[in-house]
Amino acid sequence: MLKAIYDWVDERLDITPIWRDVADHEVPEHVNPAHHFSAFIYCFGGLTFFVVVIQILSGMFLAMYYVPDIVNAHASVNYLQNKLAMGAIVRGMHHWGASVSIVMLFLHTLRVFFTGSYKHPREFNWVIGMLIFFVMLGLGFTGYLLPWDNKAYFATKVGVEIAATVPFLGPYIASFLQGGDIVGAQTLARFFALHVFFLPAALLGLLGAHFILIRRQGISGPL
Amino acid sequence: MEKKHEQVHYVGDSRVRVNREKMYPKDYSEFPGKTEAFLPDFLLKEWMVAVVFLVAFMTLVMTEKPPLGEIADPTNTSFLPVPDWYFLFIYELLKFNWAAGKFIVIGTLGLPGIAFTALLLVPWLDRSPERRPFKRPIATGIMLLVLVSIVVLTWSAETEHKEQLESAPGPTPENTKVIGQNEQGHKLYQQNACVKCHGEQLEGSNGPSLLGIGNRRSADYIIKVIDEGKGTMPAGMFQGSPQEKKILADWLVKQKQK
Repeated sequence: MLKAIYDWVDERLDITPIWRDVADHEVPEHVNPAHHFSAFIYCFGGLTFFVVVIQILSGMFLAMYYVPDIVNAHASVNYLQNKLAMGAIVRGMHHWGASVSIVMLFLHTLRVFFTGSYKHPREFNWVIGMLIFFVMLGLGFTGYLLPWDNKAYFATKVGVEIAATVPFLGPYIASFLQGGDIVGAQTLARFFALHVFFLPAALLGLLGAHFILIRRQGISGPL
Repeated sequence: MEKKHEQVHYVGDSRVRVNREKMYPKDYSEFPGKTEAFLPDFLLKEWMVAVVFLVAFMTLVMTEKPPLGEIADPTNTSFLPVPDWYFLFIYELLKFNWAAGKFIVIGTLGLPGIAFTALLLVPWLDRSPERRPFKRPIATGIMLLVLVSIVVLTWSAETEHKEQLESAPGPTPENTKVIGQNEQGHKLYQQNACVKCHGEQLEGSNGPSLLGIGNRRSADYIIKVIDEGKGTMPAGMFQGSPQEKKILADWLVKQKQK
């Protein structure tokens, strides 16, 4: 039955080559933790992606309850954390996942650096990886404000003040981040939009490019 | 370039040349050892690693509750701002004299700018075909140096923030009653300079509140702080004898909450 459905779809859409291309490519022994325990360092990238998936899923559920305005933001976080079934777990995953994803991304970057995997022909994938790093830091910075507690508010205020000291561009960066002259209602709405729409879109695009390039170029050989 | 004389062929009606040389990934049969298909063989093994990771991660999630402070109050002047831990090293960098005030550009744009540009351009800065870390000591050395400085900066930012938190007058504890008001320790407390910064009722003013200090500190620790000072508190503020100092410390340890 399932086979018949698959064949019916495949006959019309020719989907087999798409997934077989992903499935069939050979993975060499030197990155396989089943053959060499030390090869777990080659799993950092995959684990980073795993945490990103956790972040996206937990974030989607948080967005069902979170309210991005200065009156209700704190109360809604308080509600979903303390009143809602499993709310503390979902927020916990998103909160700790933010730190863990930075850690895993850092470890992955170090692995790529110290194995010299960014060299010819993989230069572009390194650059894309660095851009992913910046986007993730941006996600961390914008997400930090959203609970709208004192810690969030004053950290963002300091962050914006630091950005404002950049010569020439500083004031523009500051007013872009704040959406006005102070860290306030506009800033929260703006950070929410950046955190939930703009930066994830950029992240997914960059991740897609990252994976296509890995598939094109293959994993770098053993040292 | 012997191909110059060959007839040029195109794919279909496009301008893409047939047999244009491409950089195909190395065939893994050229690598020694056992290769396996990505799906499902290899992914299953990677999933095993992910399961171990997931167990550790969920343990963290279930034991440590994510923090949520008081609702943001822009008029709160005593709140000590601190960024998330992965920004701490930049935060700490900006405290150096040569990267602050007049030279803030060095801290905000100069050093991070150079570091991030260099990081972005790593493949073109380190162009040798050699991949082993020990065979390219400059790249490896610079990266290790950067790593160590990031760790040190983060560490000192964290300790500094903790110290500031301790010497700042924190929130008033629930029970504001001073324990043992008739004891000699209380008298010594009021006769010495302690009372000026830590308050008439131990509520704290310039210094932190000492209500509930007994929950956190031992008598030995208190004596050490009295002798050596701490944060903004200078050393040797206590004028009495060592015995009296001991009485004062013992009395302070009695200040417990709940």
